[in-house]
Amino acid sequence: MVSSSSAHGTEMKTRTPAAEYAIELRGIVKRFPGVVANDGVNLKIRRGEIHCLLGENGAGKTTLMRILYGLYQPDEGEILLNGVPTKIHSPRDALTHRIGMVHQHFRLVPTLTVEENVILGLDEGTGPFLNLRKVRAKIQKIADAYGLPVDSQAKVWQLSVGQQQRVEIIKALYRDADILIMDEPTSVLTPQEVEQLFSTLRTLVNDGLTIIFITHKLDEVMEVSDRVTVLRKGRVVDTHPTAETDKATLARLMVGREVVFRLEKNPLHRGERLLEVTDLHALNDRGLPALRGVSFDLYEGEILGVAGVSGNGQKELAEVLTGLRRATRGRITLAGKDFTNRSAREIADMGVAHVPTERKMMGTVPNMSIKENLILKTYRKPPFSRGLFVDYHRAKENAKRLMQEYQILAPSEETAVKLLSGGNIQRVVLARELSGDPRLIIAAHPTYGLDVGATEQVRQILLEQRDRGAGVLLISEDLEEVMTLSDRIMVMFSGEVMGIVDAEGAKMEEIGLMMAGEKREEVKSASTEVA
Amino acid sequence: MQAPKWLNIERRPIPSGNTIFTVSILAIVAALVVAAIFFASYGISPFRAYGAILRGALGSWSGFSETLRRMIPLLLCGVGLTVAFRALFWNIGADGQLLLGTVAATWVALFSGLPDPLLLPVMFLAGFAAGALWGLIPAILKVKMGINDVITTLMMNYIAIYIVLYLIHGPWKGPSMRGFAYTDMFPQAARLPTIGHTHVHWPTLLMGLLIALLAYIMLNRTRTGFEIRVVGENPHAARYAGISEFKTVVTVMLISGGLAGFAGVGEVAGVHLRLLDPIQISMGYGYTAIIVAWLARKNPLGVIITSFFFGVLMAGGDVIKVNLGLPFQLINVFNGLIMFFLIGSEIFMRYKVTLRRR
Repeated sequence: MVSSSSAHGTEMKTRTPAAEYAIELRGIVKRFPGVVANDGVNLKIRRGEIHCLLGENGAGKTTLMRILYGLYQPDEGEILLNGVPTKIHSPRDALTHRIGMVHQHFRLVPTLTVEENVILGLDEGTGPFLNLRKVRAKIQKIADAYGLPVDSQAKVWQLSVGQQQRVEIIKALYRDADILIMDEPTSVLTPQEVEQLFSTLRTLVNDGLTIIFITHKLDEVMEVSDRVTVLRKGRVVDTHPTAETDKATLARLMVGREVVFRLEKNPLHRGERLLEVTDLHALNDRGLPALRGVSFDLYEGEILGVAGVSGNGQKELAEVLTGLRRATRGRITLAGKDFTNRSAREIADMGVAHVPTERKMMGTVPNMSIKENLILKTYRKPPFSRGLFVDYHRAKENAKRLMQEYQILAPSEETAVKLLSGGNIQRVVLARELSGDPRLIIAAHPTYGLDVGATEQVRQILLEQRDRGAGVLLISEDLEEVMTLSDRIMVMFSGEVMGIVDAEGAKMEEIGLMMAGEKREEVKSASTEVA
Repeated sequence: MQAPKWLNIERRPIPSGNTIFTVSILAIVAALVVAAIFFASYGISPFRAYGAILRGALGSWSGFSETLRRMIPLLLCGVGLTVAFRALFWNIGADGQLLLGTVAATWVALFSGLPDPLLLPVMFLAGFAAGALWGLIPAILKVKMGINDVITTLMMNYIAIYIVLYLIHGPWKGPSMRGFAYTDMFPQAARLPTIGHTHVHWPTLLMGLLIALLAYIMLNRTRTGFEIRVVGENPHAARYAGISEFKTVVTVMLISGGLAGFAGVGEVAGVHLRLLDPIQISMGYGYTAIIVAWLARKNPLGVIITSFFFGVLMAGGDVIKVNLGLPFQLINVFNGLIMFFLIGSEIFMRYKVTLRRR
């Protein structure tokens, strides 16, 4: 047994005993069919620190935290809370031990209000009646104390992603959580929202909370954490105070080899004009204008990056270009051939590849095998189609070849895509989309949610395609990615093109201003004024 | 969802074949146990009742032939439903599609005036077409207008029932039937051959077995099957891959409705030899076939086994009615219980549930 809980000799009965470690995990093992997700993990989390859990996709971070939150039971090992061995059987159990979790994909009911979501599952009020006034007051108190402004009577679907995350945090704090697990909390936020989140987290820690922050982004680790534990393949590689380490070291620990941060980019060999978009208009899902007169060109052998805060028409642009959404006005041509409002199939047949944002929702069929997913678009053409039949033998050979070529890690080509990590799913999508040597590649958020190793590989692949002579339209919210990969950068705001600049010599601040809705000419004049 | 204190519930990624099999068997056993309470409430030992069902349905040639007879429409409808369910089209309307098949077959048999050798083939073709057409309407309504398939297919069953009732009470009422609401008997050339003096119209049974195999190959080996599975597993990916949802849904409903139509032809040409009250024709085959397809886990080959199993139950239902004086409806209770436990058991496939160790 651990004796540190009495070391301070306090007679006072506090709600939070004074053990040095809020959480200690000892020898945690968790097996799933075919994988050991956690393999003897030891982890100590100090009270009042922000502790980053760093690792690639599939390293076992989320599994470990799900064990701590009572969603999974460990096969071996034990959990000590404040020095006391504890079994956590369910999230409700976790909450009674004052552990809260903010999931990567929020667990909110969109049609309910913020306050209704916050008290979901709690017994607030007397008898059958809710005491929402009391609830509102408590939410307000939490919001004021930690800088989490939110309209507690708004419906959740009306809120931005950043605001929804605040609701999740408030939900945990409302339940008196003093340990907060944040699973990849920044993956859905804009840079400004990330800043705000970090400042909230610091306030929470100053107030005595303990925060476990799951991430695979090195910059975030450096910026926000006190200590960092690196996981690789289900094992703890090392735990370091953040101040005593650096990005390169962490990257090496995480990936298990040296990581190149600078990509080698060959000089631009611009070919013929490939894609010409003129005065394009389209509506979004709610029938409101999403594209309002978008015009641009894209050349062979060029990467045109599309920057912008999400929800400014990028998604709709990609969909119109790939035949998934109708253009209400305007013209799109590929090498001079008009393909405005052609079907998705016709456009794909013209040599347009599409790496969609939602790789699980749209880019793959999760319950089907890698083999079948790799022929999702070519199953009806030779060599995969023979008469009425699909030649699964060919499909299998095709899968074996592509799995090797694109380093898709899986037990076999029959493995369901659902069982793969995010990086491997994206490799499946890329392998399928790029194997036919497309002329035009529409890549939407191609490295979103991927770990360092996979990101590096995906970027490399896009550059290879460019050098091969394909035109690449790269839509990304990762400004750094757009700046490093693109030859030219187009900024979108509110369905319009704010400006197109050469990537070489482009200034972050100029692009930032355009992202905020200033047209390029205005930006220019504004910057000269400042100068 | 809040689990009781003594249970651990964990998500599992993909259930193994073993898990699926075990869970299905346990669901049936659970239904057997609960149904036992109903038998007991009639003062009859459940063991005696189950013994009677098994002996009655399998213990003699006449019982076994009754089982096979019941199996035929369940097999045809069930295979059709697996195809529809694979594309995520919830066809609850096999019963109505079956009835439309009987109507078309009856018209051909009694009123078409076709030469004898053509009668049976044309009856099957017409039955398929009528069932397919009945299935096509909800398919189009769903894809083009977003109208819920469960509701339309279900409601069209009632329309089908009243069409048959209208015909047998009205224009098609047989002059030779002395005022009863039947059509005239089919001519000899419009009757299917049966095994001995049983009701087993073997050509339909053979056709059903062959179709189950073909449907399996279609789903797993052909382009159309690939499209059906993609649409069913992930409609977004289907759209993204340029697979037409309209074409796919129409295809599955033509097959699903058509096969139910086949089943209808078999019933009137092989068993009843005339068109009569819908309750007497179908006895809920189209609904039971939903359970048949579900228990087979949407696998057409599995339907061969599950349709036989439900054939046993239905034949056994006759036996307990005659031998034990119990209402035939007990079998429907039983069907309901199996469906209830099957759907209830889905949680055990998606989650691993274990007792909590103290």
